[in-house]
Amino acid sequence: MAETKERKLPPPAISEETQAYWDAAGKGKLLVRKCTSCGQAHHYPRTICPFCFSDKTEWVEASGKGTIYSYSVMRRAPVPYAIGYVTLAEGPRMLTNIVDCDLDKLKCDQPVTVVFKPTDGGPPLPMFTPA
Amino acid sequence: MSIKGKAYIAGIFEHPTRLAKDISLAQIHAQCAKGALEDAGLTKDDVDGYFCAGDAPGLGPMSMVEYMGLKVRHVDSTDTGGSSYVLHVGHAAEAIAAGKCKVALITLAGRPRAEGMATGTVPRSRGGTPTPDDPFEFPYGPTVVNMYANCAMRHMYEFGTTSEQLAWIKVAASHHAQYNPHALLKDVVTVEEVVNSPMISDPLHRLDCCVITDGGGAIVVVAPEIAAKLKRPKVKLLGSSEFIKTQMGGKVDLTYSGARFTGAAAFAEAGVKPSDMKYASIYDSFTITVLMQLEDLGFCEKGKGGAFVADGNLISGVGKLPFNTDGGGLCSNHPANRGGLTKVLEAVRQLRGEAHPKVQVKNCDLAIAHGTGGSLGLRHGSATVILERE
Repeated sequence: MAETKERKLPPPAISEETQAYWDAAGKGKLLVRKCTSCGQAHHYPRTICPFCFSDKTEWVEASGKGTIYSYSVMRRAPVPYAIGYVTLAEGPRMLTNIVDCDLDKLKCDQPVTVVFKPTDGGPPLPMFTPA
Repeated sequence: MSIKGKAYIAGIFEHPTRLAKDISLAQIHAQCAKGALEDAGLTKDDVDGYFCAGDAPGLGPMSMVEYMGLKVRHVDSTDTGGSSYVLHVGHAAEAIAAGKCKVALITLAGRPRAEGMATGTVPRSRGGTPTPDDPFEFPYGPTVVNMYANCAMRHMYEFGTTSEQLAWIKVAASHHAQYNPHALLKDVVTVEEVVNSPMISDPLHRLDCCVITDGGGAIVVVAPEIAAKLKRPKVKLLGSSEFIKTQMGGKVDLTYSGARFTGAAAFAEAGVKPSDMKYASIYDSFTITVLMQLEDLGFCEKGKGGAFVADGNLISGVGKLPFNTDGGGLCSNHPANRGGLTKVLEAVRQLRGEAHPKVQVKNCDLAIAHGTGGSLGLRHGSATVILERE
């Protein structure tokens, strides 16, 4: 297992627009922003839909399921870590870390599920681990 | 309206330093400006347009216009990272075509080595108001190298591209760099040496990464009536294009770059096609950057870049598409961590017939320079110019 040591995670710089996302993360829930006009979910979350520019967007709770779109194991770091994009079951791809696993055995399109990891003084970060 | 034939590159200069411990940032900008104006046969007082990006000290162009004692009637400080200066050439041509200036000066300088900057392996620090993406990215540790590595990983997965194929890009650059006395890395390397160099961020090895250097460069773009009076070989701008490629609201696609759009647009404006190019300057922050851009610019089919770059196809005198004959960012110079300007410089040298004799392309009359700035794996600015020797 490559990931034995813990990385110290910086807190996200939260804006008023996405406070609810981080409040939900604190309760172990992953939210996505969905547009009720065009029906599409997007990431990172915005108030105005980046696809149709409608302001009729809302928070929906994600299933927490997804697959690894791509990743890289950063070796040149005090604690090596995997950074990549996960394709959520709801559609959008989000940048994240793949954790709690053997970093040498990751694969593209591998199924993963959400976990939350504490940050240094901020809300926890949604990350993913092999399902 | 088109910029085709409306502007010429009349002067170029590349600072010979690769470690600028005893020179200031503004000084490097000015030395490069002086060098490019002397190369053109122009003076400071001829300059009426000035272009710079985020590497210049101060707010936009103001500090440098003052420092160099310029009097300009047109400025542009568009910053798309390392591609800015390729984009500036296009913007300069637009300004000249619109009558806003006649002699446009573009400068670049930086001292990441002298300042001990952790360039590629540490997330860029957050200053000022965070960008809207910041809370959803920065805490996860995106660095320059690991996000380009994400592109390489997906490319390998979808298209079967191999580390050995990527290595050929570095090998080609090193074959060229051996003839450049200013290149940081002058040793010719092999595919084996590249793939056996330490892994930095899978699948990119140390030798898949560009150099980190101090230095800079400058370009002088002029109106046709100015170019007609100068003694240097004439390099005409035929086409230019720019594009911002994003994460598209979460519809992330790492398999292509903005070059897909800038290449098509610039070739259309120029009225030429990829196979007409005798030489190509292709942004080379990493080997994968080159491979993806070659595909996107139309030099080969999407997914076939690995086969295209293999077996020395990018080596001058050996392969079909000589690229980065100065050694590029992979071996020679990546000043200020921004490699777009030096891409234009080597294309101009090739078109003038002033590249090193060992790498000079015979009858080089058409060339492309392409830049990518920002992060290929997050969001980036692409810019392309097509140039012709007249």
